[in-house]
Amino acid sequence: MADRRPAPPDMISKLRSATPARIFLPRAGAGVTTRATLDFQLAHAEARDAVEERLDVDTLFDELTSRGLPAVRVRSAARDRRSFLLRPDLGRRLDDESRERLKSFAGDYDLAFVIAEGLSARAIARHAIPILERTLSSLDRTSWKIAPIVLAEQGRVALGDDIGETLGARLAAVLIGERPGLSSPDSLGVYLTFAPRVGRTEAERNCLSNIRPQGLAYDEAARKLLYLCNEARRRQLTGVELKDEAETLAPEELRAIDVKN
Amino acid sequence: MYGTTIRGTRYGFPDLKSLMAKATPLRSGDCLAGIAAASAAERVAAQMALADLPLSVFLNEALVPYEEDEVTRLILDSHDRMAFAPIASLTVGEFRDWLLSDAADEEALAALTFGLTPEMVAAVSKICRNQDLILIAAKRRVVTRFRNTLGLRGRLSSRIQPNHPTDDARGVLASAIDGLLLGNGDAVIGVNPASDSPEQCYELLRLLDELRETLNIPTQSCVLAHVTTTLQLMARQAPVDLVFQSIGGTQAANASFGIDLALLREAHAAALALKRGTIGDNVMYFETGQGSALSANAHWNCDQQTLEARAYGVARMFDPLLINTVVGFIGPEYLFDGKQITRAALEDHFCGKLLGLPMGCDVCYTNHAEADQNDMDDLLTLLAVAGVNYVMGVPGADDVMLNYQSTSYHDVLAVRRMLDLAPAPEFAQWLTDVGLGDARGEPQPQALPASFAPLLERA
Repeated sequence: MADRRPAPPDMISKLRSATPARIFLPRAGAGVTTRATLDFQLAHAEARDAVEERLDVDTLFDELTSRGLPAVRVRSAARDRRSFLLRPDLGRRLDDESRERLKSFAGDYDLAFVIAEGLSARAIARHAIPILERTLSSLDRTSWKIAPIVLAEQGRVALGDDIGETLGARLAAVLIGERPGLSSPDSLGVYLTFAPRVGRTEAERNCLSNIRPQGLAYDEAARKLLYLCNEARRRQLTGVELKDEAETLAPEELRAIDVKN
Repeated sequence: MYGTTIRGTRYGFPDLKSLMAKATPLRSGDCLAGIAAASAAERVAAQMALADLPLSVFLNEALVPYEEDEVTRLILDSHDRMAFAPIASLTVGEFRDWLLSDAADEEALAALTFGLTPEMVAAVSKICRNQDLILIAAKRRVVTRFRNTLGLRGRLSSRIQPNHPTDDARGVLASAIDGLLLGNGDAVIGVNPASDSPEQCYELLRLLDELRETLNIPTQSCVLAHVTTTLQLMARQAPVDLVFQSIGGTQAANASFGIDLALLREAHAAALALKRGTIGDNVMYFETGQGSALSANAHWNCDQQTLEARAYGVARMFDPLLINTVVGFIGPEYLFDGKQITRAALEDHFCGKLLGLPMGCDVCYTNHAEADQNDMDDLLTLLAVAGVNYVMGVPGADDVMLNYQSTSYHDVLAVRRMLDLAPAPEFAQWLTDVGLGDARGEPQPQALPASFAPLLERA
């Protein structure tokens, strides 16, 4: 018959260290203990708060301009959080006033950065400037004409198409707060689209996901973004074709390409 | 043209699909598509008009054009008129009454299976209350087999979902061991790979197969990669028990998933040829969810619940071991809150069962939906009462790779205890044999069988 014995604590902690998943939770009958239950509730509360939080656009605008980065503020056609959640189509296009304002900034740009809160303003508040600074400091500004940074309220990824097209940019990089997970309420994503215009599909973009200190670290994220920007310009495309190639390259080769560019 | 007059007000519906859409209980996805009823009264008017419609109408008017959609062709070409005969003269409303009656027993419902089209089942679900959806579905058990027997009355199975953000082998193993110790995993031990790279998926398949072999568990494993990846891996003799694929209810929705019926047939044949099942040959695993067609702009202005039922019309041609709706994963623009998620899950389970499918459900929500774990507790209990075949076991209900919340290993234990349900018989026996469970398969606290030792060393 079976030999049963309690799992030794050191074995359990070893298993726990192998994954961020909530394993070996202390049991109370068929359920889990009060503490484990409330830990979960706290994580969910933080994720919910992250979804509801609004981006402090004034502060971010000041932080950008104080770093010598010109910025412009816009809004999507979604007026509030509820319409943002229920009407993805509204979050993908500019409201009329914003489009008019943006037209006065139109020009001949190689790259436009868009910062949109998406589903986590917290992600933007924490990680947008670090990523932006690292990326901009490595871009050769004589060969890359950068548009004013666009700060977008209630924006989804595809808002970058409307913005990029209105500005006349050849490439748009949208920094956006990702859907919060229980263990990651502040995860940032970057979506890169070549020749942005309204109607681009997801298959025509490249994405860097889970950017935060515990996930894809700033330096690594900026390095990958630079690689994608350079390759997008060289090959005049973004999307599935670019992705396939980027993933088959070893990290060393990625670095070599960065140096070459 | 369909319509009805209520106290002097005429409500008209230009075609069958708009009637179906407006008769659908409120949900955000149909509003987003611009096809929902404009008022609560119009919704009931549509339900009244729908209730008076003969079931046979659905054989004569396709919601998605026959010529342009292979799913419609599959549904209509495979309709069994002999099986349909007993209910051929009924209206949708009379069909609901019949389903609730004692005449509709388990045998009668099983005999009816291929006489029903997805659209008929969707239609009757729209005029059912939640209680009807539960009561009727509870009469219909669908049993499938691979290495164990799933779906028997008095049983509730679960999938161990040991996902890891980077597919780390130790991490996946650690989560799977925790699930087994808690009596989960009789439906499948199934990983969603973080990367669809064939090499990574091969490694995961090997890992899960070794786990199953080492512990001699009467269950099956699955890496939920795209069907084309799994086909490649089968050609390389990877240990594939089940072929997984997400499917939708229109040809265009399936195209957005990168599949068509021919590809599914090819994969089904390849999996059957491996002959890895010991007591049965149900080798497919499908996932679905309301809203997938609309999100791919492949919905033909049909409501999302009807299209979901049509996905089941696809699934049942492949005799799957497992199929589950991932009901709350898609987000609030399709199912806004706990109420809409609950309703959709009960509809999906009902429609799937009547169409002869071994329905499971990923009882779940995202953090931007108006829902929480209490809604999941409610829904899980309702589905278990309705006789759902299996649900998900996710460590602590928190999927750290897909970033959503589902049901936990403990939730499965709780519901089994509340409703006196047991795991699949072969699996329950295994739990007892290795000392993990009592005679009912209920896990014993702190039990750690000696046979787990080598695995623990590796993890």
